[in-house]
Amino acid sequence: MDLALAHETVARWQFGVTTVYHFLFVPLTISLAALTAGLQTAWVRTNREKYFRATKFWGKLFLINIAMGVVTGIVQEFQFGMNWSDYSRFVGDIFGAPLAMEALIAFFFESTFIGLWIFGWDRLPRRIHLACIWMVAIGTVLSAYFILAANSWMQHPVGYKVVNGRAQLTDIGKVLFQNTTLVVVFHTLTAAFLTGAAFMVGIAAYQLRRSSRQPAEERDRVKVASMRTSLRLGLVVALLAGLGAAVSGDALGKVMFEQQPMKMAAAEALWDGQSPAPFSIFAVGDVSKGHNSVEVTVPGLLSFLAKGNFSDEVPGINDTNAAEKAKYGDLARNADYRPNIPTTFWAFRWMIGFGMTSFVIGAAGLWLTRRRFWLAPEFRRDGDEVPLLMLTRTKPLSPFLDKWAWRLAVWTMGFPLIANSWGWIFTEMGRQPWAVYGLMTTASAVSPSVSVGEQVTSLTVFTVLYGILAVVEVKLLVKYAKAGPTDEQPPTRDPRLRPPGGGADADADADKPLAFAY
Amino acid sequence: MHLHDFWFLLIAVLWTGYFFLEGFDFGVGILTRLLARDERERRVLINTIGPVWDGNEVWLLTAGGATFAAFPNWYATLFSGFYLPLLLILVCLIVRGVAFEYRGKRDDERWRRNWGTAIFWCSLLPAFLWGVAFGNIVRGVKIDQHMEYAGDVWDLLNPYALLGGLVTLVLFTFHGAVFTALKTLGDIRERARRTALGLGALTAVLALGFLSWTQADHGDAWSLAAMIVAVAALLGALGCNQLGREGWAFVLSGVTIVAAVAMLFLSLYPDVMPSTLNPAWSLTVSNASASPYTLKIMTWVAGIMTPVVLLYQGWTYWVFRRRIGVQNIPA
Ligand code: HDD
Ligand code: HEM
Ligand code: HEM
Repeated sequence: MDLALAHETVARWQFGVTTVYHFLFVPLTISLAALTAGLQTAWVRTNREKYFRATKFWGKLFLINIAMGVVTGIVQEFQFGMNWSDYSRFVGDIFGAPLAMEALIAFFFESTFIGLWIFGWDRLPRRIHLACIWMVAIGTVLSAYFILAANSWMQHPVGYKVVNGRAQLTDIGKVLFQNTTLVVVFHTLTAAFLTGAAFMVGIAAYQLRRSSRQPAEERDRVKVASMRTSLRLGLVVALLAGLGAAVSGDALGKVMFEQQPMKMAAAEALWDGQSPAPFSIFAVGDVSKGHNSVEVTVPGLLSFLAKGNFSDEVPGINDTNAAEKAKYGDLARNADYRPNIPTTFWAFRWMIGFGMTSFVIGAAGLWLTRRRFWLAPEFRRDGDEVPLLMLTRTKPLSPFLDKWAWRLAVWTMGFPLIANSWGWIFTEMGRQPWAVYGLMTTASAVSPSVSVGEQVTSLTVFTVLYGILAVVEVKLLVKYAKAGPTDEQPPTRDPRLRPPGGGADADADADKPLAFAY
Repeated sequence: MHLHDFWFLLIAVLWTGYFFLEGFDFGVGILTRLLARDERERRVLINTIGPVWDGNEVWLLTAGGATFAAFPNWYATLFSGFYLPLLLILVCLIVRGVAFEYRGKRDDERWRRNWGTAIFWCSLLPAFLWGVAFGNIVRGVKIDQHMEYAGDVWDLLNPYALLGGLVTLVLFTFHGAVFTALKTLGDIRERARRTALGLGALTAVLALGFLSWTQADHGDAWSLAAMIVAVAALLGALGCNQLGREGWAFVLSGVTIVAAVAMLFLSLYPDVMPSTLNPAWSLTVSNASASPYTLKIMTWVAGIMTPVVLLYQGWTYWVFRRRIGVQNIPA
């Protein structure tokens, strides 16, 4: 491989590995922060123990997850300078701004209030402690917003002019509020909530299924109640968020079609423009020949995705490639403006396929866990009992089906994570060969002063380190998820902020163990 | 004053904040080996920074992000040039963060020991490497006419920068010991004070050497003033530590860090990364900076957000102001 290509390839692999890894934790952090905050709100308002236990349980899993989100984020902040220094010089004026805002506005917020929440159970009045987790939740959303604004600018640069070979910001409002940003934020947040909801459904289902096998007198009814509430919460959120992801994904497709026609054509392996254009379900193509050898399609559907009707023309890969050649000449290597078509094509399908499976399971689960109204009295289960899943109004179906329904519910927790990763791989690889669409190619974005040896070193170090940490993290998650909610009791007294060293209360407190310690 | 001068100041403030705050975090991490005698004491130490270390680390992220926005060329040259040391720092920060969170998550002797080892080394290495990095920034490195770093990693390991690394390492450990004395109770507090004495004396010797060297090669009247403040504050911190005035000792060890970082940035200005190949190729506040429009926006954002951040971070320290001792560590 020639040196320039190796340089670019290693840098891209490193960015891909570290960023996809970071984004395994991000969606869970965003959604679990808000879901935990919701459960804690329910506890503070109703004082019911099941909510307290659920808060503590999901909170613990949330913390194990966020630790990894935080530390992998640190790499992200610096790697533009490390591996993409020419990119950083070119776009710093614009791209750096949302990044700096993210740190100043969002990261400080999250990191400070998460500390207060973790250690503050017996230090803060109840409502202030509750406010802390909401602050964290708001912080995660802000953080997503700013970074997605930065990314959207790479997909669709706006509000800039190029001066002396560098992009200069002319309008920050456009960067922060262009339609690409708004739609992407909506899509990413709904996808994140689908992810957290499926996670909740999976673990709650696992716990409930296990309780149902215990003898009734050994069963911890509060625990069952808290898991059942979690299950229902997860199912409702999965349904709503899945719906949101589909609606926003559709909107995103339309935006993308206008702004990056090549990506949409590649996503469909649509080689030549057609009207009406079909949506391809399955295709095997040959990049060198420029057409598919096998394909299965739904007529007209792609026209609908791109334009909102079933008949409009959608330009194909070959047309778009010719158009971009005419426009940009030989800026890209070999004047080839096509991304990797098979990856783009399949990534798009896996995103939709895996993600929407969880949405379907969410919808089905809501029906299966229905309560009183639809069931004959003898099948109705109280809130602190494990429901039967597969039954008609008057009789249970086979235990076999019941078992499989529970199993599927557990498996669902992994699907949206897979969908998220493929969604990003699609977004980023579909943009190739551009780093900034129409302005800067990925090949010209890498750091000239960094040697391939150094790059390979860092790629290896991160891959090995991340691999080890993944094993550690998954083991911990499994351990705590299996253990289930503990029977820890809520803090009995409402702690008040006290004056420094003031009062007998403080003295009595001095020797008490901390409610939480590392 | 141009906006880019103001941003140079702001970047200096962010790094100062970072070294002040994470300085004692690193110090406490190192002391988990040097000071703590058993598991309970180790936990006391870790819990003195438990609620705040993440927030402290964000000062670094903000310094990084702000450099990207305000001085893109500085960001690009610095982090691509110091590639391998930065990689090592990142690895340490990753492992250290995970270690704090996961150390207590399993009841297993070996598990805790391994994470404990990680905390020690991953606090020690960055504390040293940041000093090396700043030594090199002030001293200047090989930068070519395209603003690219033209040296290799061995060029970064020169005596001046290595001395800088030793200074930050010992200074942060001293700062951490003073912080520990301020935040703990009982036996460990006494030992922290005694450890601080030795560390402080060592810091004084090393820092005097490093700062005089800096002053001789790059200094002016302002940097001399900062140097005098740094040394005086360090001696003051030692004195207060001896007298048992722990609060004042901490304030003064903080002032030492502030003044020392100020001195480095004063020696640097108006360059941000001098070139040793040709002074005309140096990165300066004007040729490395972003456009006035971006700087203006960022000035608004920083002007509004910085006080807010200081307010709520300050509040956190207030909430967790109580000293802790072994009796407060739950089983
Ligand atoms: C659970 C996750 C999930 C699910 C169920 C979906 N997506 Fe998605 N999708 C993502 C997770 C995701 C993502 C990982 O979050 C991406 C990457 C970049 C982004 O903003 O969101 C994404 C990107 C993304 C893009 C690329 C945007 C661009 O390159 O500018 C399009 C066109 C769609 N999605 C469309 C859809 C459609 C039509 C869906 C279903 C009907 C859908 N997505 C479901
Ligand atoms: C968090 C979700 C993200 C994921 C999963 C992701 C994934 C990827 C992947 C897989 C690549 C390699 C592309 C290839 O091999 O062709 C890549 C490249 C890149 N991405 Fe992203 N990305 C994400 C977010 C971002 C964001 C938010 C930015 C900007 C702030 C960004 C900027 C880049 C850059 C600069 C490259 C390298 C140049 C390029 O290949 O275009 N990415 N990303
Ligand atoms: C490639 C660009 C990215 C960069 C530079 C980046 C940077 C960071 C950093 C530095 C942190 C740690 C913050 C801390 O210490 O508290 C972090 C965590 C996080 N990031 Fe990313 N990130 C990137 C991609 C993304 C994307 C695409 C999203 C969301 C859509 C996102 C959302 C989050 C969230 C929610 C957290 C966890 C919250 C926290 O613990 O602080 N990040 N990121």
